[in-house]
Amino acid sequence: MDKELKILGIVAAFTLLLYWGVEPFAHSQMHKHVESDALQYSDLKPLSVKGDATAGEAKAAACAGCHSIDTKGMAAPMDAMASADAYGVNPPDLSIAGKVLDEKFLAHFMLNPAEVTKSKHFAMPPSASSEQDAADIAAYLKSIAPKEVSPKETYAFACGRCHANRYGKWTQLGDIPKTKSNIKTGVDLDAMAFQTNLGKYQNKLADYMGKLPPDLSIISRARSEHFLHTFIENPQSQLPGTAMPRVGLNGEGMDKVMEYLEETGDPSAPARAMAGPWVIGFFVIFTILAYLWKQSQWRDLH
Amino acid sequence: MSSRRDFMGMALGGFTALGGIGALMAMKKTWDPLPSVKSAGFTTIDLNDYKENELVTEKWRGKPIFVLKQSKELMAKTTDETKKRLIEINGDHYMVCVGLCTHLGCIPGYNPETEDFLCACHGGMYDATAMVTKAPPPRGLDIPPFRIDGTKLVLGETGPEYEKMLADGTTLKV
Amino acid sequence: MAHFEKANSIGEWLDQRIGIETLKKVMQSEYWIPKNINFLWAMGMVLAATFGILLVSGIFLLMYYNPSVDLAFDSVNYTIMTEVGYGWLWRHVHGVGASLVFLIIYIHMFTGIYYGSYKRGRELIWLSGMLLFVLFSAEAFSGYMLPWGQMSYWAGMVITNLFSGGSLHADGFVEWIRGDYVPAQAFLSRFFMLHVLLMPLLIIGGIVFHFGTLRLPHVNNQDGEEVDFAESARLWKEGTTESRRESKVIPFSPVFLSKDVFVMGVYFILFFYLVFYHFEFAMDPVNFDPADGLKTPAHIYPEWYFLWSYEILRPFSTNLGLIAFAIAQVIFFTLPFMDRSPNVAPANRRGLFHFWFWAMLADMLVLTFMGKLPPEGIWSQIGLVAAITFFILWIALPIITKIEKKL
Repeated sequence: MDKELKILGIVAAFTLLLYWGVEPFAHSQMHKHVESDALQYSDLKPLSVKGDATAGEAKAAACAGCHSIDTKGMAAPMDAMASADAYGVNPPDLSIAGKVLDEKFLAHFMLNPAEVTKSKHFAMPPSASSEQDAADIAAYLKSIAPKEVSPKETYAFACGRCHANRYGKWTQLGDIPKTKSNIKTGVDLDAMAFQTNLGKYQNKLADYMGKLPPDLSIISRARSEHFLHTFIENPQSQLPGTAMPRVGLNGEGMDKVMEYLEETGDPSAPARAMAGPWVIGFFVIFTILAYLWKQSQWRDLH
Repeated sequence: MSSRRDFMGMALGGFTALGGIGALMAMKKTWDPLPSVKSAGFTTIDLNDYKENELVTEKWRGKPIFVLKQSKELMAKTTDETKKRLIEINGDHYMVCVGLCTHLGCIPGYNPETEDFLCACHGGMYDATAMVTKAPPPRGLDIPPFRIDGTKLVLGETGPEYEKMLADGTTLKV
Repeated sequence: MAHFEKANSIGEWLDQRIGIETLKKVMQSEYWIPKNINFLWAMGMVLAATFGILLVSGIFLLMYYNPSVDLAFDSVNYTIMTEVGYGWLWRHVHGVGASLVFLIIYIHMFTGIYYGSYKRGRELIWLSGMLLFVLFSAEAFSGYMLPWGQMSYWAGMVITNLFSGGSLHADGFVEWIRGDYVPAQAFLSRFFMLHVLLMPLLIIGGIVFHFGTLRLPHVNNQDGEEVDFAESARLWKEGTTESRRESKVIPFSPVFLSKDVFVMGVYFILFFYLVFYHFEFAMDPVNFDPADGLKTPAHIYPEWYFLWSYEILRPFSTNLGLIAFAIAQVIFFTLPFMDRSPNVAPANRRGLFHFWFWAMLADMLVLTFMGKLPPEGIWSQIGLVAAITFFILWIALPIITKIEKKL
């Protein structure tokens, strides 16, 4: 019996050694650790002025030149297709911007979008003339932000105009609409029209960004949580030279985006968590019963 | 001693069988139709489109659906029993049925001159309300679940008129 | 027409027609296993059980998998993982099972090497086992193609490129294997055929053959002792506690089986712990990027069980590497013939062979680690040394076993 435990120990030791070498050790060598900035945006100076939401409301009217604010009934001047033609991408609706973006980041961003997002060809031009103006608009956006935002809303705002998510039925032009085909021919003209527009938009977007931003359906299983967190916080830290802009999410925004990515990338996680203890528990009892049976068979034989 | 061995063996065997049943239940669920299949099972047809005594075939859940607008002459011939099979909208009467013979599933052919259906496979016949008139089909053509929405029918959803047809045995559940 | 009497039970009815009583004796109640064994002797049944699990989970995956280059990735990662009832479970079981089956194969193989279970009558057991290793390798490789992720595509590209034969430039042969210039639809479909039909059939045949080669020589024991099976069988069949205690054997069923089942229970606890909580090692993140023929991943590597072999290929120049790689694939087959000593005993009683065993094991571990690491700097240097050591050990084997003292 002791001999068997010793043999088991040796086999287990070598197996664990094998696992260590092939997994944690090798991966630590292949991927150098990137430190997170804990969403401090330390490269941006703290604002020297305090933003005034009331003053900001008037100043924010200029944003309507490109952006809609649905909750305030402000429509965008161009639809997604026209915006793509003009800028390469569809400017986001700003209803939840104040909820999910860091306020300091937002203010600096308005003063110099290309520099703050670290994305050289960023389509938005500087849109505030002074730090006070920028701070006021940021404060205004924060004041109109809703109490709660859903993971999907956050993704749609922060990521969704460049990144599709087919498992979530999301495209750069919004949710894939439900359409019906002609009963006689099977032809679905509405779906075809949507796909045509989507194709045109994606072509424009790929020209603007250099390549088409990838579909993020299953990115939560293709990259580690740490990678995604540090990448979203500062794309340049993981992929130097990438065209993806730094988006400026705050803690809430980051949590909600990660939650959505988990939703589409690993939706069976809850079912797995539920079933795991039962299956493993079954085999624990099975092993106990098997041991008792084995003992009853072998007891008299030595 | 031997009895203890046997008992432990049986205990283990029985417990393992429980696990086997659990595995079989999971396997049964794997075989189930997918959610995307089940949610795709709705078709809307607009009854304004149809002309009297002209059989039109639509599609619902992959099956052919016969729609036959009843002419005035046909309506004069209907009895109370056959009238129960029809759907009435704005004074017009429509036969809406699954176009699969209730015998063994072939699609019956419609003869507009005699205004009845003949199933080529085994000779079953139905009248213009799709009530069976000649064996071997055991019953009239089945009526799909429907909901009336103005002049439209949504097949796959259910409404009070369909519930009534189920309740009085006019059709079986499809 | 042979003469048939009326049978008095179902068992007797079956026995008259298909000899079921004889079958039961030969395969179960009078299939004698030495008592002097440890839990490592259960690895064979653990492998059979794992293969069974792979087969069953594979059947349910097969119901929904779509072997088309445009649909394969989503048929696995969307349809099976999110829509199919318990689809995620079969996928996780299949992935973890494919990895664990190789862990157990290596344990099973090294157990055989340690105890000399490939010698003196057991050569065919060893050869059929090595054949199964090759068949399982082909099955694993073909299966890995199916999700059509980045690793599927690039592993397919790299491994089929091996067949160009270095300076032979047999590009036409490579295109013939692929059915196209690059891994594309033809490639995916044929590897689907291999994985789902041909390899499983060959594996099942191989397993039956493997059992067949084991039956007459009988299973080995911890001391390599030559057991008088006839005498021990007689003692067992006497049926008393004393005679059974004295007998050096036990029947496969139910006695050996009871130990097997216990070991399997422990194994399944580990197996399902990995399935539910710790599976990334078996489902590498790189393969969750859809295949892209225009972009190679920063790090390509095979699954862990191929790494030692991969590392023998890498450190040498193209032609030398291919030759070394080819030799490494078949050299384990030669073990019964390269070991020149007649001793059937555990390695710790076989002088230099003991050292050889642990050196080989350590060397294969080092090769495995280096095979995963990027081929740069000190890692490639260590890899080269380990690859050369591998061949030195094999050259040394006939020498050290020839001079081994007879036990």
